[in-house]
Amino acid sequence: MTTPTKKAIITIKDLHKQFGSNVVLNGFDLELFEGENLVVMGKSGSGKSVMIKCVIGLEQPNSGSILVMNQKINKLEQEALDELRTEIGFLFQGSALYDSMSVRENLEFPLRRHTKKFGVIEDTTPLVMEALESVGLAHAIDLMPNELSGGMKRRIALARTLILKPKIILYDEPTTGLDPITSKEIVLLMNSIQKQYNTSSIIITHDVDCAKVIANRMILLIDGVNYIEGTFDELASSTDPKVQAFFK
Amino acid sequence: MKKYFDNLTEALQNFLIEVGELSYFAGRFFKEFWKPPYEFKELLRQCFYIGNRSLLLVSVTGFIIGLVFTLQSRPTLQEFGAVSWMASMVSVSIIREIGPIITALICAGRIGSGIGAELGSMKVTEQIDAMEVSGTNPFKYLVITRILATTLMLPLLVIVGDFIAIYGSFLVENIKGNVSFTLYFNQVFNILEYSDIVPATIKTFFFGFAIGLVGCYKGYNCKKGTAGVGKAANAAVVYTSMLLFIIDFVAVFVTNIFYDL
Repeated sequence: MTTPTKKAIITIKDLHKQFGSNVVLNGFDLELFEGENLVVMGKSGSGKSVMIKCVIGLEQPNSGSILVMNQKINKLEQEALDELRTEIGFLFQGSALYDSMSVRENLEFPLRRHTKKFGVIEDTTPLVMEALESVGLAHAIDLMPNELSGGMKRRIALARTLILKPKIILYDEPTTGLDPITSKEIVLLMNSIQKQYNTSSIIITHDVDCAKVIANRMILLIDGVNYIEGTFDELASSTDPKVQAFFK
Repeated sequence: MKKYFDNLTEALQNFLIEVGELSYFAGRFFKEFWKPPYEFKELLRQCFYIGNRSLLLVSVTGFIIGLVFTLQSRPTLQEFGAVSWMASMVSVSIIREIGPIITALICAGRIGSGIGAELGSMKVTEQIDAMEVSGTNPFKYLVITRILATTLMLPLLVIVGDFIAIYGSFLVENIKGNVSFTLYFNQVFNILEYSDIVPATIKTFFFGFAIGLVGCYKGYNCKKGTAGVGKAANAAVVYTSMLLFIIDFVAVFVTNIFYDL
């Protein structure tokens, strides 16, 4: 892993989000520094995914501020938000590959829509191949999503994220639903991508093994707030029963 | 009694909310329709897909309707010695009413449910979110293209269906009454007027719009889970069918005002 600097690339302050009477985030704070892998752990339904969806503008918070690369995400016009989104990759829990498109078309899709960042690209094949090679799946270029295994789908989704060369990657439970061996491969891949592309990442997970390998720093999200922060070892050695529950 | 009244109030409230949300969805279509970027490639793909997917079904149904309609009407017309009016009766009925409404109902089942299920499945598997994250407006890419495609393709499908239904009718007349192709189609075109063709064609655009709108609305607002996808597809057909009859009623009412039929 590359050493993170102390320059914050994402700053979340006092984030509140509720759905009806269900309070999900209740004053959550977070800072992600450049080059850092920040793992956010929490129970299912604790609001981890909602939090990163607020970061990318898929959910609107009830209150609080989110600064991404010094831009207030909830104050941006649609065009500016779309432009900022080219700097943020998002790996969805279920991969979210477009199932009516081949792997090549899945990767070309974001590329053809961001002509401001890349210009009009006549031949997208070299960029598609570069992204696929970085996840070790160059041979899958002409396959359809239904021909891929769960692990392959996750890798292709990662390649689709990488093709825009983002500065930040948000991972929503990247190892959920995968067997231990494939999970380990995905975690190692995430690490190698961080080195290769020098990205900063927020990783939402409840996979302790994944957190151990990848985290520079961890946050436990409990009761809608950041209950505790620290390195993996610090949190793992905590005597707090709420914290210990995650590591047992 | 109070429980019955409460249930009724709740059902009415839900219905009004649904109508409000559907109207808002339609309003969003008209608001975003004019704004670039224009997704021409996806529109063409959808036009091809929607037209191609329904053509065989519309053709077969049209043919059978023409055939059965003529077979069923023939004995009655024969009783009055009015078999020579068969071509006129069949063509006016099919062009004005049977062709458009039957084709629209078939397409509601075929296309509307397909759109509802497709978008619903994209919603629950987060593909719509992924599209938004990649800087594409999913409403423009998925919804506007599909609604436009159904609006443009339904009139074409109705024209094809009408023609095949009349051809089916001709086959019966040819076999049973030895009527030639030229004579039959001469009678068809002699009886048809602009007041038969124009209003019937105009209403098919509305039918197409309704099929696309409701299918997209149900799919785009699909609740989480696979059960939600099934419900979206089913509701798309039911709501569209109801809406088609309402549009048809309004269209006939308006046509009567203009043409005094």
